[in-house]
Amino acid sequence: MSAPTASPGPAELYRGMRLIRVFEETALCLVKSGEIVGGIHPYIGQEAVAVGVCAALRADDQLTSTHRGHGHVLAKGADPGRMLAELAGRENGLNRGRGGSMHAADLSLGVLGANGIVGAGAPIAAGAAWAAVRQGLDRVVATFFGDGALNQGVLLESLNLAALWRLPVLFVCENNGYATTLPVEAGVAGSVLGRAAAFGIPAEAVDGMDVEAVRTATERAVARARSGAGPSFLECRTYRFEGHHTMERRVRVNYRTAEEVESWRRRDPLERCDPGAGQRAAIDREIDQLMAEAVEFALSGAHPDPAGALDHLYADGLRPRAGVLT
Amino acid sequence: MTKLSYAKALNRALADELARDPAVCVFGEDVGAGLSGLTPGLQARFGAHRVVDTPLSEQAFTSMALGAALAGLRPVVEFQIPSLLFLVFEQIANQAHKTSLMTGGQSAAPVTYVVPGSGSRDGWAGQHSDHPYSLFAHVGVKTLLPATPADAYGLLVSAIRDPDPVVLFAPAGALGVREDVTTELVPVPIGSARIHRPGEDVTVVAAGHLVYDALAVAEELASEISVEVLDPRTVYPFDWAALSASIARTGRLVVVDDSNRMCGLGAEVIAAVVERGTPLRTAPRRVTRPDGAVLPFALGLDRALQPSREQLRQAVRAAM
Ligand SMILES: Cc1ncc(C[n+]2csc(CCOP(=O)(O)OP(=O)(O)O)c2C)c(N)n1
Ligand SMILES: [Mg+2]
Repeated sequence: MSAPTASPGPAELYRGMRLIRVFEETALCLVKSGEIVGGIHPYIGQEAVAVGVCAALRADDQLTSTHRGHGHVLAKGADPGRMLAELAGRENGLNRGRGGSMHAADLSLGVLGANGIVGAGAPIAAGAAWAAVRQGLDRVVATFFGDGALNQGVLLESLNLAALWRLPVLFVCENNGYATTLPVEAGVAGSVLGRAAAFGIPAEAVDGMDVEAVRTATERAVARARSGAGPSFLECRTYRFEGHHTMERRVRVNYRTAEEVESWRRRDPLERCDPGAGQRAAIDREIDQLMAEAVEFALSGAHPDPAGALDHLYADGLRPRAGVLT
Repeated sequence: MTKLSYAKALNRALADELARDPAVCVFGEDVGAGLSGLTPGLQARFGAHRVVDTPLSEQAFTSMALGAALAGLRPVVEFQIPSLLFLVFEQIANQAHKTSLMTGGQSAAPVTYVVPGSGSRDGWAGQHSDHPYSLFAHVGVKTLLPATPADAYGLLVSAIRDPDPVVLFAPAGALGVREDVTTELVPVPIGSARIHRPGEDVTVVAAGHLVYDALAVAEELASEISVEVLDPRTVYPFDWAALSASIARTGRLVVVDDSNRMCGLGAEVIAAVVERGTPLRTAPRRVTRPDGAVLPFALGLDRALQPSREQLRQAVRAAM
């Protein structure tokens, strides 16, 4: 059992959110300049969820993430330079440029992976938690997912199994109001918390724009899971300030009003977090410096050699036949 | 004369069928907003009860389409990304596809499944870059892979009118293609190939966006080799008669196929020709993705695993 880490104070919470915010703004610039190919699902606006949850996790706890996963990966401690290098498809990226934005993983930090398929991370988290119990570890596994995932059969199946077998899983629903263009009211019958309640899983709604609130709620859930009492469910009410994906900047969509976006921007989790007197500017400067170094590191990385395109396809090194006779 | 884009052609085919037949309806995510290019304007024109925005419950709405088909409707199901077909493989391969036989012919299952953007899209990485048409052909679901806007229109219309389940793959690499449409858009029969370029020395079988690569290579090599480009348009059922006729003229065969090498379309085409004993003057060749390919994110790696013009050029030369 590893020692509990001291709970991070407000300055550290702010710092974590600021890192994600500036990372994402940097990534948006790199999408525009073409260094990041394929675009990203920006996490801007939801920083308090990733940071609040991960602040209550131990280093040996694990998580599964989503298509909108940069925040989760960074909050669990991933190096921003290697993360950015991954987004830029470089050999020095977390996944050696093989995964990209939607598949960033850092197993050494317990980040089992972002995921391109909505809802797909939940059963993986449940499986990791089941294994931890068998292995006598008191590890907790958090799984992040959006409101859209609430309608995936596999997520509901995972809630059932986790409850049935009292697995140490923390289900974190980031309810940002929309699954792409579909408002949550048009997608979810009943209620979000009712989904968990149906399986007897303790569930609570949390202000997802308030990092302290998320952290406090997560601490309760983690304590419960570690004590062997089984899973918990948090509905973090939040909002994405940007479009669903950077592609959305190029297509006409009008599923949200400007007033709605503005009203949520006024609840910016970074502005609502007080890092302590005189701290904000100093932390901002520190993060700017860190991100400048991250960009430098990422863009100086080598592009992977096309000859290695099939590297890592099989763990045993099996070399499949090429697409042409050679 | 108007320039018609591939995406617009699909959109028009769907609009025409919705207008023609009240039994046609659409299920999919963000279809009201028309995000994938198949459905823009259709919900406003035909109503949210016919063009239905669904929650992210693919397995349920895919089989709901089957249920609605059993009740006499003709649903079209849109999937935003090709790998969602893995998620609903049960609903298509094990439910819809087996309905007609298992009910002893009592019920047909006229459902059309459309993926507007199959195959590699720059930077979409491992879980968004599959192009699983060979998989559906393997289980026997009617599988369409149109290359041109006019064929996209004609095949989608035929798919919707077909009494069986049909999957239509619109390759990401062809979605941006535009075509001068001089004649009226008409249905294209399922199972009929098309010769895009006649030639005498070698038949290149190419489908979907690879048709354009085959045509480019044929043009480059024109002074030395006369290449015939045959586009099956339908992966299953395959137009074996058209292929035999082409090979009877050329006596040589190259297949370019955006499937994995193992058990892919390229393998089947070559096997079928060899099995029939069709005389070939040289050994047939194929250009495919490697066995078991997972497309890596970095663009150079992604490209390295897809059939390239250079590989096709070499294969054509090798077949001479
Ligand atoms: C199973 C599945 N269906 C559809 C998609 C395409 N898609 C990607 S993200 C997304 C919306 C997800 O909404 P939500 O779960 O609320 O997460 P958010 O994007 O709001 O963070 C959709 C439809 C997918 N990747 N996987
Ligand atoms: Mg959402």
